[in-house]
This record gives sequence, C-alpha cells and structure tokens, in this order.
Amino acid sequence: MNVVSQVGTESKTSKENGIIMNEMSTSGASTAVVERPLGLETRGLHAWFGAHHVLSDINLQFPERSVTGLIGPSGCGKSTFLRMLNRMHEFIPSAAMAGEVLMNGSDIYAPEVDAAAMRLKVGMVFQKPNPFPAMTIKENVLAGIKLANLKVSNHDDIVEKCLSRAGLWKEVKDRLDASGGSLSGGQQQRLCIARSLAVEPTILLMDEPCSALDPGSTLRIEETIRELAEKITVVIVTHNMQQASRVSNYCAFFLSDGGPGVLVEADATRKMFTNPTDTRTADYVQGKFG
Amino acid sequence: MHVVYSLGDRIFRRVVTAGAVTSLLVLALIGLFLFARGVEIFRDMGPKFITGTNWTAGSGDGIIPAEFSIGPMLAGTIVTSLIALFFAVPLSIAGALYMEFFAPAKIKSTLVSMLDLAAAIPSLFFGLWGIQVFSSMGERWAALTSHYLGWFPLFNNELGIFGRSPFIAGLVLAAMIVPIITSVSREVYSRTPRELVDSCYALGGTRWGAIRAVVLPFGRSGVVGGAMLGLGRALGETVAVYLLLNLVFKYNFNILESEGGNIASLIATKFGEATPYELKALLAAGFVLFLLTLSVNMAATAVVQRTAKAQP
Repeated sequence: MNVVSQVGTESKTSKENGIIMNEMSTSGASTAVVERPLGLETRGLHAWFGAHHVLSDINLQFPERSVTGLIGPSGCGKSTFLRMLNRMHEFIPSAAMAGEVLMNGSDIYAPEVDAAAMRLKVGMVFQKPNPFPAMTIKENVLAGIKLANLKVSNHDDIVEKCLSRAGLWKEVKDRLDASGGSLSGGQQQRLCIARSLAVEPTILLMDEPCSALDPGSTLRIEETIRELAEKITVVIVTHNMQQASRVSNYCAFFLSDGGPGVLVEADATRKMFTNPTDTRTADYVQGKFG
Repeated sequence: MHVVYSLGDRIFRRVVTAGAVTSLLVLALIGLFLFARGVEIFRDMGPKFITGTNWTAGSGDGIIPAEFSIGPMLAGTIVTSLIALFFAVPLSIAGALYMEFFAPAKIKSTLVSMLDLAAAIPSLFFGLWGIQVFSSMGERWAALTSHYLGWFPLFNNELGIFGRSPFIAGLVLAAMIVPIITSVSREVYSRTPRELVDSCYALGGTRWGAIRAVVLPFGRSGVVGGAMLGLGRALGETVAVYLLLNLVFKYNFNILESEGGNIASLIATKFGEATPYELKALLAAGFVLFLLTLSVNMAATAVVQRTAKAQP
C-alpha cells in the first residue's frame, strides 16, 4: 500500500517539476541522460584499494533537487562510490582513484580544489547515527559551522531551521542543551541530518542511513529525505528495495561479478522497478539475488 | 535468583579473586610497614616533620639533638614533577597526534616501537644523559629564561649559576616520562570512533578541526590517566634526581637555582650511613611519599571516571 502511494506521489511531483527522462542508452554505456540541471556528475570513475580494482568506469548523473538511490548487493562498491563523491575515499591509506566528479561543471578532484571547503557543499550522513558525544544537541547542529570557522550570528535560528528540516525540532526544542547521546537512535540520525544541513550543502550523501533504525524511525527519515529533495540533491545508498522505491526519483544499480563493480543500469526509479532494460536489474529488484 | 556456578567456574573465580586481593594486600602491607617503622618519628617530630627544613642525625650523645623534617624534599618532589609534567604533557599529546593522524604508516610503526623501547630505558641512563649531555644545554635555556623572565620570582636566579637546578632535573624527568604519556595518549586517540572523525571531515572540517572537535575530547580521560602514570614515575624517581640535584635542605621555589632534592633521592642518599633512628625517619619520609603517590593515583582515577561518565 505504502509503496504504491509513495510512488504515486513521486510521479506526480515529477510531472509538476516537468522532468522528462529519456530512455537510457542501450547496453554498454552506463549513462542516465536527463534534461534537468545536474547537481553532480561522474565521468569514467575508477577506484582501487591497493591493487584491488573495486569500481570501474562509472558514468552517472545526479539531477538537481532529486533523490538518487544507489542499489546493489554487498561488495559492489556503491558505498565506495558514495565516498568518492565528497573525497572521503582518499582518507583510506591505500585508496586510489581515476576519473572526474563534476560539481557545477568543475572537477572536485582538480588539484586547486580545497577538499574541506568542497565538503561544505557535499554533506554526508553515515550508516550508524553518530552525534558528537561530548556535545549537546545544539552544539551538534552547530558543529559544522564551528569546524569550518563560518561566521554566522543567528545561531539559534540555524539550530531551529535545521532541526525543523530534519523533522526533529518539536521533539527536542525544550532540551537543546541535553547531550546528543541522550536521544533515541532514530532521533540521533535526524540530529546527524540536521548537523549536515547547518553548513547549507547543496548535495547530501547518505550511506544506508536507516539500516540501524527501527521501521518507524525509518519512515520518519524517509519523509525527511523527500522534503529535503525539494531544495537539495540527495544521493542515498540503500540495501532496502522498498526504501529505494519509496524514496528515490532515480536509481542506479551497481553490480560486481567478482571483478570491479560496474554500473549496470541507471534510470527513473519507476522504470527500474517495473521495466528495467537489463535482466540483472530485474532479477535484483525482484529479490532473485543479492 | 540463585546462580549455580560449575566447579571450574568456582575455582577460576577463587584464583582471580586471590590475585586481586594479593595486590591490595601487598600495597596495604607496604604502607603499614612504612608507617609502623616511621610512627616514632611522626610522634617525636609532629607536623614539623612535614614542614620543617632541618635534617640532622645528631651527635649520638645527645649534645646535638637529632632532628628530621622533609619540607624542602617534599616540595622538591612536587616542584620537579610539575615541571616534568608541564613540558611532557604537551609534547606527548603533540607526538601522539602526529603518530596517529599525520605520520606515514612506515614512520608511525618505527616511532611506536621506538617509543616502547624508550619507555623501558632505566632511569639511571636518563640521569647520566642529564648530567653528561643535557645539562649544558639546559643551563643555557635556564640562563635565557632567567634573563627574560627573571622578574618573575619563580625564574629568579641571583647567583648566576644554573647547573643542577630543579628546572634541569624536571626537564630530564620530562624526557623520562614522555614515552609513557605518549604511548597511552596514542592508544586512546587511536580508539576514536572512525565515523566521528569522518563526520568532521564530511562537515567540511580540516584535520585539526576534527582533532579539536572529536579526538581531543574523546581522549581526554585517557590522556589524564597517562599523565598521572608519568607523574607517578616522576614523583618516585630516585636515581636521576639523585644524580642531577644537589641535596639542599632549604625551600627553593626559584627553580633555576642549584638547590633541591626529592624524597626518593633523600632516602637513597642517606640510607647507607643512617643511624638506626635516622633510618626510621627515612622510612617515615617513604610513608609520606607513599601517601602522595597513592593520592595522586586516586585523584587520577576519579578524574578519569568523571570524564568517562560525561561521555555516553
């Protein structure tokens, strides 16, 4: 029921926004072509850990103000891919990469790019809720501003705005000075979302943000994601097919057959779930493997 | 609810309980021994034993009365240890952060093993190194400090002689305790949850930002614990201080002047030729040192527990 209604809402939204998805180009080239400003785009992206080639030639486009779900079985490199979108990949000592990640048309891996400044524009929410333990709820929200030395005066407004956008304001507004760790798991994850929003990113990367949460919290976060996508571009890794169908406008299916992970297919979520081009996609979304 | 343990469990439980009780018992017995031997001195000297500045074995025939008090040595113990901590803690934190967050893998592993080696160097060598190698450099540092900061009583030096001062002894002690503090600090920093550090980076934080926001608060209690371990070593240090300081029974808070001593080096100096009554005084001094280190350790435990509780 829920799935159907959500997909329904989504298609309506799509029409309102006037998105036209073209058919994906046929086998081989893994590119989803869309007529809509791009929030982010990867070209010929490869990743290695030491000598181990984990991702091969990923070309993918993320339309602005939409949710793109990255799906695929474990070990297909989708989390690695996500971490390459904000250069978190490079913190792993043996990691290497090739290719381009274009944000507003310029490569975030270009030598002159300040990675820390770039990450202000590309927020990230992790699998396990991880509020800073030594900080209060309020301090957690403002942590990014403090970390990046941003000069802002209206701290209280930012806290309220971000917590509201993350759907947490009503629950915590009377205890902003309580420790972030005193919240429930789902609330902590929404706090982490609020924390990423405080530095006003235009892109938000989410690495299985609900996998450690109960179904109720998961639904709350999915609502939040839908609302966020009205303003920013969201990329979400998920193992949960229902979640992908509920929450995303577009889906990208990654797969590894023992070698490096490749992008099998990327398209509008509805098409991916009802009429995918590649039989492997069909098998995966129907739960035949993975 | 009644829990039934198997025979193996019961035996194991007794063995480990015995181990725990034994270490407590040994500690208590040492304290008791020192107190029992020294109690006569405490009775004879009263509080003056702690505050007085005179250590005289007496002439034995009663013409010159014996008088024992450890004020300057107690003060010297604390002063040299604080100097050591003052220099060692920032250095150790910096070293630990470098090894954990900046050093390339190869350098890191080399440093870690060298650090463990350094922690095992007998303090005698630190004392010898202090006298033979470090003293001349330390004297120059002391002269400079006195030249520029001499208006401050702590750094005043009227004689212009800078050797064998608490300052130099403190620096050598600092070198001695840096390895242990660094080692403990690095260990706790390395346990900072990876995802917290990642979150800082993802928020646009720099490495320093991540360290300040997450790593330092997370490691605080561990670093305090490491510093207290170091402090314990510095408080009880015997040989290095014995070699480096002139034992002078006078309160000396001008740390650049050539006077000082600590309780442990007092005991080492006097022990060999002590009269039976003086021996009791030395054991009484030992009891004071025992209490001092015990209270430092208990304070450290309290600090560690309190900061640990503050982090859910």
